[in-house]
Amino acid sequence: MPEGDGYDYKIEAKAYTASSSGASVSPAESPDQELYHSKSWWTTYVFSQDAKYIGIQYFCAATAIAVLGLVLSVLMRVQLAYPGLNVLDPSTYYQAITMHGMIMVIFFLTALFLGGFGNFLIPLMCGARDMVFPYVNMMSFWIFLLSLLVLVASYLVPGGPTGAGWTLYPPQVITAGTPGNLWGLVLMLVSIVLFVVGFTMGGLNYVITVLQARTRGMTLMRMPLSVWGIFVATIIALLAFPALLVGGLMLLLDTVLGTSFYMPAIIATSNFGNEVSTEGGSPLLFQHLFWFFGHPEVYIVALPAFGIVSDLISVHARRNIFGYRMMVWAIIAIAALSFIVWAHHMYIAGFTPWFGFFFASTTLMIAIPTGIKMYNWLLTLWRGNIRFTVPMLFALAFFITFLNGGLTGMFMGNVGTDIALSDTYFVVAHFHFTIGIAPVLVVFGAVYHWFPLATGRMLDEGLGKIHFWITFVGAYMIYFPMHYQGLQGVPRRYFEMYNSSQASSSGLNEFITIVTIVVALSQLIFFYNIINSARAGKKAKKNPWDANSLEWQTPEMPPKHGNWGRTLPVVYRWPYDFNVPGASKDYIPQNVSPSQVRGAKAERT
Amino acid sequence: MNRSTLPKGWDGFAHDWAADQKVFKGMSWGKAMMWIFLLSDTFIFSCLLISLLTGRASTAVSWPDASVVFGLEVFGVSVPLLLIAIMTFVLISSSGTMAIAVKYGYEKNRKLCTIFLLLTALCGAAFVSMQAFEWTKLIVHEGVSPWGNPFGAEQFGAFFFMITGFHGTHVTIGVIFLLIMARKVWRGDFDSGRRGYFTTMKSDYLAIEIMGLYWHFVDLVWVFIFAFFYLW
Repeated sequence: MPEGDGYDYKIEAKAYTASSSGASVSPAESPDQELYHSKSWWTTYVFSQDAKYIGIQYFCAATAIAVLGLVLSVLMRVQLAYPGLNVLDPSTYYQAITMHGMIMVIFFLTALFLGGFGNFLIPLMCGARDMVFPYVNMMSFWIFLLSLLVLVASYLVPGGPTGAGWTLYPPQVITAGTPGNLWGLVLMLVSIVLFVVGFTMGGLNYVITVLQARTRGMTLMRMPLSVWGIFVATIIALLAFPALLVGGLMLLLDTVLGTSFYMPAIIATSNFGNEVSTEGGSPLLFQHLFWFFGHPEVYIVALPAFGIVSDLISVHARRNIFGYRMMVWAIIAIAALSFIVWAHHMYIAGFTPWFGFFFASTTLMIAIPTGIKMYNWLLTLWRGNIRFTVPMLFALAFFITFLNGGLTGMFMGNVGTDIALSDTYFVVAHFHFTIGIAPVLVVFGAVYHWFPLATGRMLDEGLGKIHFWITFVGAYMIYFPMHYQGLQGVPRRYFEMYNSSQASSSGLNEFITIVTIVVALSQLIFFYNIINSARAGKKAKKNPWDANSLEWQTPEMPPKHGNWGRTLPVVYRWPYDFNVPGASKDYIPQNVSPSQVRGAKAERT
Repeated sequence: MNRSTLPKGWDGFAHDWAADQKVFKGMSWGKAMMWIFLLSDTFIFSCLLISLLTGRASTAVSWPDASVVFGLEVFGVSVPLLLIAIMTFVLISSSGTMAIAVKYGYEKNRKLCTIFLLLTALCGAAFVSMQAFEWTKLIVHEGVSPWGNPFGAEQFGAFFFMITGFHGTHVTIGVIFLLIMARKVWRGDFDSGRRGYFTTMKSDYLAIEIMGLYWHFVDLVWVFIFAFFYLW
C-alpha cells in the first residue's frame, strides 16, 4: 500500500459516551496498535508485515502447491484407467500418492484456511488494525514458503520423494524397497517440521488477535462464525501439531541415526549405505502419534470451512444464522471430541476390541454437534430470501457434499463395517468427500465472496457458474462411483488394476479418469477468471453483497494499511441482522448503532 | 472493567469471556502469546514423555537401571545421580534469580535487573555445560549411543539423547535471549523507548516477565524429565 496515506494511526479511539447514541459500549482498554510502515517496494509487497498481504501470499503459495497436487492426481488417474500407457511405474505412483496426500491436507488446505483466510479475515472481522505481532506473522509465511521448497526439492534428490503414503507408517517408510526411503523421507520430515514451526508463529498471532485485540463492542459471541471456525481450528492445530512434530522427529532419528523408536527386531535397515540392525521399537507408537495429530487435522480443515460456509449461507440467503450460539458450541464440541477419536484410523492395527468400542463411541458422538450444524444451515435457508450467487451455489454444494461424506463416516466410524471397508476405494471416496471436495468447494465460494474485498473488483459471474457446475457435478461423478468400487472390494494404493475380475470396476476407472481430466482442466477457467478480473473485472461497489460483518465496513475498499483509517469501528450487534422487522434495509451492519435504526426490532444483538 | 468491579469467582470468569475487546483483562498481547505458546510446547514435551513410557513398555530387552548409568565416581566412591542432582539444583535456582530479575525490572532498577538476568543466564549455561559433560561421558566413556548401549534396551539411549537434547535446546535458546534481554536492560532500551532491531517496535519491562514465563516453564519441564528419566 502507498506510504504516507495521510492517517495518524496513533490517535486513540475516543471513549464512547452513552448519551450520544443510547447504547453503552465500554471504552477502549488498550491504546491503538502501532503499526510498521513500510518504506520500500520490497517491504510493502514482498516482505510485507500487513496481515492482508500475508494472507494473499499464503493463498498464492498454497494454491501453487495445490496445482502440483492436482497434476499428480491426474497422473494417478491416467495410470489407473490406462495402465498400458505406463505414465507411472509403481515407485512414481507411490510417490505421487504420498505427495498428493501430504500437499493437499497440510500444505494446501491447512495453510490456505488458517494462513490465507485467517490472516486476511481475522483482523478485518474483529475490527483490528493488523495481527498482534506483524513481524512474527511475516516470518510465519517465509518459513512456510521454505517448507514448500524443501518439499518440492525432494523430487530432485537421489531416490525421489518418499513413497510410503501420506501416513508415513514405519517400518515400511524406512525399509529398503520403499521409494525415497532415505533422502526423500528426510526432506519430507524436515519440510513438516518447518511447516509446524512456521504455522506456530502464525497460529499464535491468530489466537491472540481473536482473544485480545478485538475492537470495542466486539464480544466473542458477536464474532462472525468464520472467525470462530478459524480461531478454534488454530487452537486445535497448536495442540495437535506437537504430536506430528514429535512423531516426525523420532522418524527422522530412525532414518538418519539408525535409532529404533519404531523399528521392531525383525527389520534390518540400511541407513545411508550402512546396514543397521534394530530391535524393540514400537511401530504402533508412530500410528498413535500420527493420528493424534491426524484426526484433529481433519477438523483443522473442516472447522474453518464450517465457519465460512455459515457466513456465506447467511449473507446470500438474507437470513440470520439459525442458532448462532449452538453453532459456536458445536464448533467447540467438535474440536474437543476430535482429540479423543484418533484410533478409529487404526481399527485394523490389531488392538483389543474394547479399544475399538471406546473410539467408535466417541467417533459417532461427533455426529451430534455436526448434525446440529447441518440442521442449523438448513433452517437458515428455510424461508430465506436466497440469492443464487456463485458463493451461494458453492455453499449449497458444500452442504450436500459434506452430508454425503458424513453419512459414509458412519460406516468408517463403526469397527465392524470399517474393518471390511478398510483400504478400499470406499475410504478414498469418504475422505475426499469430507476433507477434499467439501472444503475446496468452500474455498471457491469464499474466493468468489471476498475477491471484491481483496481487489476491489468482482469475479465474472458467468464464468463462475460454468466453473461451479463442472467442478461440483464433476466431483460427484469422480467420487460417487468410488463408493461402489470400494464395496466391490477394489483396494486403494494399487497402481494397476487392469486385469481386475471386476469388469464394471475397470470401466468405472476409465469413466472417473476422463471426468477427472475435465474437472482439472476446468480449474483453468477459475484461474483465468481470477487473473482477468483482478486486472479488468467489473468494479465492485462498497459492500457488494450487502453483508453485515466488519470487513466490508472499512473506509476504503480494498482496505488500506491499518484497515480502519482514523478511528476503529465500534460494534453494536452481531453480524447476522438480516431482514430485521422495521429496518429500512434488509441488513444492519455490525457498526450501526441502535439510534441509527430506531424502530427496528433486532432479534439478537 | 477493572479488577475491583469484577464479580468474584466463576461469575468474573464468565464476565471476562463474555466481554468485548479482551478475554484476559489487563494482560498484554505478548504475555498472552507466551502462555499459549507454552501450552503448545507442553503438548510437545507431553508427547515426548508419553512416547518414552510407551517405548519403554514395548522394548524386547530390559530397560537400563538409571542409577547405575548416571552414577558419578567421586574420590573412588560411586554416588548415584550426583551430577543430575547438581544440574537440577542449578536449574531450579536459576528460576529464583529469574524471579528476582523480574521484580527489579518492574522497579526499573536497571543495574540489579541486569545482574540477576546475567546470573540466570550463567546458571543456564552451567546447566548446558554439565549436560554436555554428561553426554560426553556417556558417549565416549560408557559407549551409550542413540542406537545402542551396554546396559540394556537400545531405546534408552535414543530417548535419552532426544529428550534431554530437546530440553537442552530450549535452555540454550533461553540463555541467548537472557543475554539479549540483559543487554537491552543495561542499555536502558525499555526506558528510552529504543526500537527492536527486527520488529521496529518499542518494548518495556514486561518483556522480562515474558522471558521469565519461558524460563520457569523450561525449569518445570526439567522436573518432569528428571522424574521420568532419572528417578523411574
